[in-house]
Amino acid sequence: MNALVTESRFADPDRAYRGLIEAHRGLTDEQSAALNSRLVLILANHIGDHAVLREALELAKRHDDSGTGNSWDGS
Amino acid sequence: MNTRKILYQFGYQRCRDQDSPSPVRHPIVVVGAGPVGLCTAIDLAQRGVKVVLLDDADRIGEGSRGICYAKRTLEILDRLGVAEPCLERGVTWKLGKVFQRDELLYAFDLLPEDGHKMPAFINLQQYYLEHALVERAAELPNLDIRWRNKVIAIERRDDGAMLTIETPEGAYSIDADWVVAADGARSALRDMLGLAFQGEVFEDRFLIADVKMQGDFPPERWFWFDPPFHEGRSALLHKQPHDVWRIDLQLGSDADAKAEQAPERVIPRIRQMLGHDDFALEWVSVYTFQCRRLERFTHGRVVFAGDAAHQVSPFGARGANSGIQDAENLAWKLALVVKGEATESLIDSYDLERSAAADENIGHSTRSTDFIAPRSAQELRFRDATLALARHATFAKRMVNSGRLSMPSTYETPLSTPDVDDWSGSACLGAPLPDAPMRDRDGQPVWLLEALGNEEVLLHVPNGEPPPAGSNVIVIGRDLIDETGLFAQRFDARPGSTYLVRPDHHLAARWRHATPALIANASRRLRGFEGEQA
Repeated sequence: MNALVTESRFADPDRAYRGLIEAHRGLTDEQSAALNSRLVLILANHIGDHAVLREALELAKRHDDSGTGNSWDGS
Repeated sequence: MNTRKILYQFGYQRCRDQDSPSPVRHPIVVVGAGPVGLCTAIDLAQRGVKVVLLDDADRIGEGSRGICYAKRTLEILDRLGVAEPCLERGVTWKLGKVFQRDELLYAFDLLPEDGHKMPAFINLQQYYLEHALVERAAELPNLDIRWRNKVIAIERRDDGAMLTIETPEGAYSIDADWVVAADGARSALRDMLGLAFQGEVFEDRFLIADVKMQGDFPPERWFWFDPPFHEGRSALLHKQPHDVWRIDLQLGSDADAKAEQAPERVIPRIRQMLGHDDFALEWVSVYTFQCRRLERFTHGRVVFAGDAAHQVSPFGARGANSGIQDAENLAWKLALVVKGEATESLIDSYDLERSAAADENIGHSTRSTDFIAPRSAQELRFRDATLALARHATFAKRMVNSGRLSMPSTYETPLSTPDVDDWSGSACLGAPLPDAPMRDRDGQPVWLLEALGNEEVLLHVPNGEPPPAGSNVIVIGRDLIDETGLFAQRFDARPGSTYLVRPDHHLAARWRHATPALIANASRRLRGFEGEQA
């Protein structure tokens, strides 16, 4: 059975992060949320494995309250 | 608040050019006596080229400014004869720690292996570096520094430029075959030539406070996301010589730059961080930053270097470090061209190699800034999600970006001869040579990089056949002894291996079995003569 990979897989993780940031530049918050939702569905399908998806959900849910506490101060 | 006393004052002196009826012609004039201009001028002078260095001021020492100098920069400074005073004074460090709130997220080691002369980094107030460079410059008879000589006009020609220079005693003009514009982020020469300086502008404001105190923090780079003492923002702590600590606090985009510099605003912030009052403010500054560059660094006979050519955010210490690497890249090429040993087109490779380096630096510093100073609610969510996941998933830890610290560029350049053999080890075509501890013919310890000198050089591992001919050949086992085996390991050296090293110590070519024709072609190629037949 496949397991969720949490090791770093990108040769250049900073570039991958920048790709995500750039995709959201200029979008409203609602547009961003919609883009993220589509992205999650696309990636979930790409994984194509219920067990892995469940594991990913569990990992993501462990961090519900761990923001930096920053408030976004506009613009 | 910039009340710091002036550390070093230099005098204006009238020069002979001011009494000449017609402009005196010089092979190279460097404009700007900051670290980049000084390094360029010293390197040129060491290579036997006469150089005039102009600066509009006559003092250094206002503010600590750039404080982090990377291993590669120290190697360059060593070749220029100034690493020693910098190392003696500087704080050596290699460990970085990243905290979220008061919890350690991860630590990194910037130089995990031994066997290098230079450390990963030193921290040193910029004025100490500049002072060491000025002292070195004064030892070089063919380097003519002129303080309070401000360029007010430039007239470009095909074979050089004429500069009009203002002094306390009036203006005069000189001719230059080549002009190096190292006059900083607000380059006057760039404006005079009407060149666009474009890129990304960042709105977040940051506070730098250098404080004097007896701190018991280790000499490491500490970075916090959302620390308890500065909630919702980032903070950086770094040690400088003489009990001075660099504190860098993110203020956000709506902070009032002027008000935030007032001691009554700064002191409570620092007290909050340190938990005590036992410190004195050395230097305070509020800054924003931009990541931008000139489209081309060469404009005829005017060549831009350092901040005048490209500007980055401070995260990663890529400003002064990349500028000094520009200086080193440019100096040997200009020296060869001025001496007639290479054609003018060699200078195009400066533009190519250092443009690529600037893009790399701007890319890193932009991505660091994206992470440290998110621009929208969604960017903040991505950032916070990464930090949250970093505690349990290594992929996220690697995405946490508090600044990727300056590393030298590996040039993909027509000056390199492509590898035809397979190589492992840390030496890399187009990259600066890794250092290694060696012994000389007399058994005395010497570092590999020290032994290379200022000129193009061949390193050869003997295999029973006669070594390559030529005066600048170092035979391993004869001229340099690889007692520790680190040279063999880092260069993947075997009997017969031969390496051609550029004057800036970047690797230009290497062979398992070199022939005189291969070496001659690679040597011509590294001097900019392309299209040779093997």
